Amino acid sequence: MTAYRLSAGGLVDRSAPLTFTFDGQSMQGFEGDTLASGLLANDRMLVGRSFKYHRPRGIVSAGVSEPNALVTLGLGARSDPNTKATVAELYAGLDARSQNRWPSLKYDVGAVNGLLSPFLSAGFYYKTFMWPAAFWEKVYEPIIRKAAGLGRAVLERDPETYEKCWAHCDLLVIGSGPTGLMAALSAGRAGLRVVLADEGFRHGGSLLSETTPIDGAPAAAFAAAAITELEALPNVTLMTRTTVFGWYDDNVFGALERVQKHVATPSAKLPVERLWRIAARRALLATGAEERPLVFGGNDRPGVMMAGALSTYANRYGVAAGTSVAIFTNGSAGYRTAADLSAHGISVAAIIDSRAESPDVAPSGTRVIRGGSIVDTKGKLRLSGLVVERAGFEEIIDCDAIGMSGGFSPVIHLACQRGAKPLWSEALKAFVAPDVGQGFGVAGSAAGLYSLPACLRDGADKAQAFANDLGFSTSPADLPVVGAEPDPSFTALWYVAGAKSKAFVDFQNDVHVSDLGLALREGFGHVEHAKRYTTNGMATDQGKLSGINATGLLAAMQGISPADVGTTTFRPFYTPVPFGALAGTSRDEHAAPKRVSPLHGWAARNGAVFIDSGLWYRPSWFARAGEKTWRESVDREVLTVRANVGLCDVSTLGKIEVFGPDAAEFLNRVYCNPFLKLPVGKARYGLMLREDGMVYDDGTTSRLGPEHFVVTTTTALAGGVLSHMEYCAQVLWPDLNLRFCSVSDQWAQMAIAGPKARLVVQALVEDDVSNAAFPFLAAKAVTLKGGLKGRLFRISFSGELAYELAVPAGYGEAVADALMEAGRAHGICAYGLEALNVLRIEKGHVTHAELDGRVTPDDVGFGRMLSSQKADFIGKRLSTRFGLTAADRMQMVGLKPIEKDKDIRAGAHLLREGAKPSTLNDQGYVSSACHSPVLGQFIALGFLKSGRERYGEKVVIWDRLRGEETLAEVCSPVFVDPANARLNL
Amino acid sequence: MASLIPCPHCGIRPKEEFSIRGDASLVRPDPESSDETWNDYVHIRANPRGRYREHWQHVAGCRRWLVVERDTFTHEVFSVSDGAVRPWETSR
Amino acid sequence: MRYSAFSIVKNALSGNVNWKPAWRQPEPKPFYDVIIVGGGGHGLATAYYLAKEFGVRNIAVLEKGYLGSGNVGRNTTIVRSNYMLPGNEPFYEFSMKLWEGLEQDLNYNAMLSQRGIINLFHNDGQRDAYIRRGNAMWMEGVPAELLDRAALRKMLPYLNFDHARFPIIGGLLQKRGGTARHDAVAWGFGRAADKHGVDLIQNCEVTGIRRENGVVTGVETSRGFIGCGKLGLAAAGNTSRVGQMAGLKLPIESHVLQAFVTEGLKPAINHVITYGAGHFYISQSDKGGLVFGAEIDGYNSYAQRGNLATVEHVMEEGVTMIPGLSRARVLRSWGGVMDMSMDGSPIISRTPIDNLYLNAGWCYGGFKATPASGWCFAHLIAKNETHPVARFLRLDRFERGYPIDEHGAGPQPNLH
Repeated sequence: MTAYRLSAGGLVDRSAPLTFTFDGQSMQGFEGDTLASGLLANDRMLVGRSFKYHRPRGIVSAGVSEPNALVTLGLGARSDPNTKATVAELYAGLDARSQNRWPSLKYDVGAVNGLLSPFLSAGFYYKTFMWPAAFWEKVYEPIIRKAAGLGRAVLERDPETYEKCWAHCDLLVIGSGPTGLMAALSAGRAGLRVVLADEGFRHGGSLLSETTPIDGAPAAAFAAAAITELEALPNVTLMTRTTVFGWYDDNVFGALERVQKHVATPSAKLPVERLWRIAARRALLATGAEERPLVFGGNDRPGVMMAGALSTYANRYGVAAGTSVAIFTNGSAGYRTAADLSAHGISVAAIIDSRAESPDVAPSGTRVIRGGSIVDTKGKLRLSGLVVERAGFEEIIDCDAIGMSGGFSPVIHLACQRGAKPLWSEALKAFVAPDVGQGFGVAGSAAGLYSLPACLRDGADKAQAFANDLGFSTSPADLPVVGAEPDPSFTALWYVAGAKSKAFVDFQNDVHVSDLGLALREGFGHVEHAKRYTTNGMATDQGKLSGINATGLLAAMQGISPADVGTTTFRPFYTPVPFGALAGTSRDEHAAPKRVSPLHGWAARNGAVFIDSGLWYRPSWFARAGEKTWRESVDREVLTVRANVGLCDVSTLGKIEVFGPDAAEFLNRVYCNPFLKLPVGKARYGLMLREDGMVYDDGTTSRLGPEHFVVTTTTALAGGVLSHMEYCAQVLWPDLNLRFCSVSDQWAQMAIAGPKARLVVQALVEDDVSNAAFPFLAAKAVTLKGGLKGRLFRISFSGELAYELAVPAGYGEAVADALMEAGRAHGICAYGLEALNVLRIEKGHVTHAELDGRVTPDDVGFGRMLSSQKADFIGKRLSTRFGLTAADRMQMVGLKPIEKDKDIRAGAHLLREGAKPSTLNDQGYVSSACHSPVLGQFIALGFLKSGRERYGEKVVIWDRLRGEETLAEVCSPVFVDPANARLNL
Repeated sequence: MASLIPCPHCGIRPKEEFSIRGDASLVRPDPESSDETWNDYVHIRANPRGRYREHWQHVAGCRRWLVVERDTFTHEVFSVSDGAVRPWETSR
Repeated sequence: MRYSAFSIVKNALSGNVNWKPAWRQPEPKPFYDVIIVGGGGHGLATAYYLAKEFGVRNIAVLEKGYLGSGNVGRNTTIVRSNYMLPGNEPFYEFSMKLWEGLEQDLNYNAMLSQRGIINLFHNDGQRDAYIRRGNAMWMEGVPAELLDRAALRKMLPYLNFDHARFPIIGGLLQKRGGTARHDAVAWGFGRAADKHGVDLIQNCEVTGIRRENGVVTGVETSRGFIGCGKLGLAAAGNTSRVGQMAGLKLPIESHVLQAFVTEGLKPAINHVITYGAGHFYISQSDKGGLVFGAEIDGYNSYAQRGNLATVEHVMEEGVTMIPGLSRARVLRSWGGVMDMSMDGSPIISRTPIDNLYLNAGWCYGGFKATPASGWCFAHLIAKNETHPVARFLRLDRFERGYPIDEHGAGPQPNLH
């Protein structure tokens, strides 16, 4: 036995034992344990394998900086790979498995890499695997890829739920150690809205492992009392298990709350994790300081741990990580750990102090080797001893754990996420946060104040300063009494000379001192180059332990100050955040809202097959009994419209009402064609350009009164056109007197099209809809029989005699039903998007398949619409550019297969007959194609270079992607009724 | 910017309620202006690193187009005003 | 020192102490025939090809930070040539072909991995557009394949086939697309350029461009004035700032694009996949991290960091495309400053100043272009003549009315 549970002590609940498993082995722990403390209590030090050399690795830390103790928790779709055992809260039934080993943790074949390590030096893969060329992808890369990663992602659907929340506060305190608690108390007492967030499952931070009494009581009791007071304050919100992971603009912080990661069976009523966006007027970083590892030979042997972690395991969890522990330190902190361990009756084999002299006092009876250093360690899967060197003499000391303490680095990650560079403090031998301003302060150990009294005072002071700054009055801080404490100090030690085996800097990625040396030698000495070349700091801990030592080493090797080396860039996230928590509820079917037309129910009752179209669900076709394919349904719908009458839901079109004395002038500027003289009671097709002269959108606009228009837009650009018009009205021409608003959702709109449309419409509408009274392009408010007010437009997308009837949305279904009833005698059918598409292709009408943002009005045959009379309109000036008027532009044409039974499909390109396929020879493409039941063949719209001059020419419809080539004739894009006689029936 | 935008009509609102168009210091030229002036308006951007005026629309709020004056490097917002009012022009 | 398996063994046996620096650290000379501003991928590639292919001697690359400290070291490493428009496709295919022989040419393993890129589509209109694109690729001789839902399900079973808001109906595959190790590309070009005598001068920020009689005579830098015969700007992200020093008017806005990487995971995603119902794209690095991103944040920015709202949106798209990503933990996010051009396509061009050349406007797609961008820019600088595949990428295409607008979004950079 080496590691074990102490007989007493710690904050674990010894009355609440828990059973968990590691690699299938059943173990016992207590409520209040982490997985790591539970494993140590069961004498389990070996928990993982490193990334590159598969070296055996043990628990190093007691927190989020852990590089080694990564396990997969949970099973199947609930598995969480790469979970840090040092922060995973223990619960009954927890199932943990080790990673990156085969066949087992103890016997890992991958460890052979360790033998090859001279050949696998930093960046080795950039220098080889290039011959023969094909081998990289076929042989080498698969081998490297197979070695990738640590844990396994199952890529199964996650059964759990996540949510997102906003929080707002005057002061966000990040970290609830002594500094954070005092800050929260001070601010809370002053009346600020305070959020106190801590990543741990219990508030108190370092106080939970602290042995110095506060106000004469154990530090943990002080923390508990403080929490009790804070809980009673209505203006204070306490959040545990909450990691503030990112600092964003305007003091918005991202925080992850692990609501149910610590329970075996999460309740369905709660999310498993919750993302918080905390908008804070002020924020205080009280995240403490990180103890640094020492870089010495054999420092990765399982059993070599951070000294502070040894204290934490003993003091907080009641666990001894070893029976005989050596301390290797360059400062006073190692002595504190020795004292902690001694107090628990754990044998301290020796304190090896790299300093020749120090005022620190070891526990009585403990051997101190001053001016000594560890040059190697012994043991295989577990440390069994060390080799200490002093004044040229070596000695082997038996031990089963080493606590290393290399000094401290303030945890300033969040403060430096927004571009501020850390500053080197020669006094602290550490990087500290610069003054980042913006109401974001750093306090306590995070600000380089390491003693307990200093932390308590700093937390109180800085919170009070923020409170005063925000206009709150404060009374002098009521600081607790803490016994005198030696000021923690250390001497920088970046590398322990004389290493007899590899001295690791980044444990997880197996970066050792000579890798950094090689990087430097090869010109990769810049700290970012060194990181990228050696992968130091790129592991799941993001260099929390390795970063500072790499900087120190690079500085020492070049004989310069760490200030001149600097750090790599701190970027979000402070600790990793799952995809799911960041996505929240916006996933799967809920990834975007669903929009349905007011006629959705009507369409469903009539057999619609729906298709999504942007956010909308729209009827694609209306299947009838006996129809075996969608084409049968669509052909029937098209033929019914051409022969009798059909009803189509067009409610999804954007509808914008425009009012005001300058409404006509406004539309005249927004559209490229004229609108000033549009008579009341008339509709007009309009083309809207972008300022670069390309077509933006099209639609009909009707004048219902001298100062009242209704603009329609395409479905896809309903929102875009509204914003564009708002921009024009508010920013470009604020002097124009008009108002408008979207009424897209307020009206249900139906197209009634076909030679018998009038009979159907007249059956419902009181007003005279005859050709004389209501000719093509007429538009007006009408009264339906029964008194309902609606609007009627004589416009046609199908090319048939057609009306569009708009009624208040709530009446849509009733009116559609009534139209179908009225049309029954005339053979009416409902028709969907597919038939609508066929009808418009037969007429050469364009949609977004043609208006794709790259076409001019002339390209689609609307060149004459560009008003030369108007002084100005959006897009006027740039539409005259050379490239937009060039003769060889692609123009819209019709295409018909020479052999009538051949089909044409959209996306094919066009070639001259006999031409070799090449980008140079590319003549254009097919934008829309369909089977025309009227013509009994496929027809298409396409864009062809100088196309309107080429009617009658034969071109190859080239669809290499689908292996099809068809000869087609170029023709006018209007296939049916070119004289438009049917419109005016 | 750009987490929170103080809309002059609606108060402080999160970024995702807005859509962004671009440089607000551009003035649409007279129709008679030169080709170069028009090309500059549509295509050329000063793109400063530092203080910048940008058009944002509060699409999920008042739907007004706003001028957000901010720093493109620090993301500090200096002012937000209604797009129909151009205080910097009237004060000139 | 030539890299090879042999050199690795030999050096390993001598304790790896005999490796030589990948490049020299030269002091700037008073004059160079050609100076390239920007020691990123494009600048280094330009210098390399100028020296190797076009026989130019006496070249310097000036980099304000360290080599590869811009977007070449901060991207999602995707390599592809699946464009639709004739202004783009031949250029990117030229680049693809250069990628395919790059490592032997540079004697540096950039870990090119042609694992295939798949663009998903979700409705008929999108399908037609991708077919148009696939056929445009074939026109240029670039193989493309159309995948239907069944084929996709077999190939990528982890996609969201059953609970998607926007159902996946198919995909366009370019098998030759894939990834490359981004830093290695910069280092490989840098090392090879250095071998050809190019001076790579780091920590040398250009602060001014000196002009006399309408031509550039040199640059003011943080390390003093350096004269040059020709000046090439390859400082994407900061093009406007550098261009302003020469009075250039540019159709460019700087925008921030975020990208992300997860913790290392065993190989699970073996292609590059893009989401058609949004902007999300993902691949898995050889080290195991899932590398992904989506759209730009949308506002002008020179800050290499983004916004949380955008982060969330990226994750929403990711989890919607691949539900099993939900529990993967995202390790790190970063932001790069993009030269967003007015049509979403790049610029390799002469400028109104005779001996000043511009390489800019790469939007979020510059990495894949690195070799061709270098080659074509070198061609332009050396011969004062546009390379045929880059002939549409002119700076004056906007005023002339020849935009290359793959998205059809018009002159608003944040829509591209």
